Amino acid sequence: MIHASTTAITRPRSLDEALAALEKSPGAVLLAGGTDLMVAWNAGERHLPERVVDLWSVPELATIGVAGDALHVGALATHSRIVGSPEVRAHAPALAEASRTVGAAQIQNRGTIGGNIANASPAGDTLPVLLAMDATIVVASRARGERPVPADAFWTAYRRTALAPEELIVRVEIARDRPQVLFRKVGTRRAQAIAKVSMALSLRRSAGGAVEDARIAWGSVAPTPVRARRAEDALRGKPLDAASIGAACAALPQDISPIDDIRSTREYRLHVAMAILRRALSGWVG
Amino acid sequence: MISFVLNGQPVSVQAGGLSRLIDVLRHELGLTGTKEGCGEGECGACSVLVDGQVVNSCLLPVCQVDGSTVQTIEGIGGDDLDLLQRAFMEHGGTQCGMCTPGMIVAAKALIDAGGAPSLDDVREGLAGNLCRCTGYAKILDAVLAAAAARREEAT
Repeated sequence: MIHASTTAITRPRSLDEALAALEKSPGAVLLAGGTDLMVAWNAGERHLPERVVDLWSVPELATIGVAGDALHVGALATHSRIVGSPEVRAHAPALAEASRTVGAAQIQNRGTIGGNIANASPAGDTLPVLLAMDATIVVASRARGERPVPADAFWTAYRRTALAPEELIVRVEIARDRPQVLFRKVGTRRAQAIAKVSMALSLRRSAGGAVEDARIAWGSVAPTPVRARRAEDALRGKPLDAASIGAACAALPQDISPIDDIRSTREYRLHVAMAILRRALSGWVG
Repeated sequence: MISFVLNGQPVSVQAGGLSRLIDVLRHELGLTGTKEGCGEGECGACSVLVDGQVVNSCLLPVCQVDGSTVQTIEGIGGDDLDLLQRAFMEHGGTQCGMCTPGMIVAAKALIDAGGAPSLDDVREGLAGNLCRCTGYAKILDAVLAAAAARREEAT
């Protein structure tokens, strides 16, 4: 049971109020749907904070829509809303696919994309997709306004992010002209599983079939969500054939550093990662 | 003071804002139909509806239900059982009973969404609810039967 009467909770009703609250107490813990924080607090893995800014009732943070060339997904958009959003399904279907694998209905109704990003678990289901889509994570503080951070630069170390103490995540922006992303998640069961390995893969190919650009992102195989840059390099400029696919798979173990933990082993994760990459590239159409 | 509508009645409670909704329901408000299984969002025994959406009350800080509508198992059915409750009885969807309130709450959210859920839809809708007794088959039968009965009522 959480005995939390000493925690001061601010419940802003607008983005301005939220930014002001955070400026007043930088380092306050930001609460969204609570699906990660409540577990950690209840288990005693995290001390109850002195100050919490509860973002749940900030409407500006919850919008999903298209603005110009980009899909904008508010930080407070729940996984349920992402799964049900016609805009996400049209412009970033792999994101909807990933959100659909986060827990089950109870978690998807509260868990948010901003929470997934800020919690910075290497197993966060949407994170490899955001890397593969070259998404921009827009953060803001009252003093400096908005600041775009590329997903590539957001997760800096195990459970560390580029977010400053007085900043919050406002939204994710995904360019609408991105090539589609293939998402694969390997867990113990289909529902309610935390990933042993997950992958998000996008390729852009020339008319002649050569790979012009590749983004291959992974979850649960390193301290942060990571791109497999050596594997990407092995594909770039090459036709997608047995030689380039073999080279990409051979390069993969230098890109990732899986460990043994309660969910899986280093050896299994390496094996599965190479297998799903090989299968995805071999079956690639388009 | 945190105020919300609980099973149709307005309530106000004095509680730390990060207190779990399940503790407030069971210990402050005396509604013990909502069960605690794992306490970490894996098992769904503590499922309740907040503004019509199924959530785990063990992961919900009570400050976040201020101004919301909360429905627990006690608010489903009355002197007459709800058709989901009848279907669970008729199809043997309950054994020890620990998961049953959460199952019925999650199934209610699914059925209230309307349409004609398939077996796969029901499996996905109940994926966050664990049962260690029934092997699930009879629960799935019960929910499919209740969904069909609901459609019949509507026509």
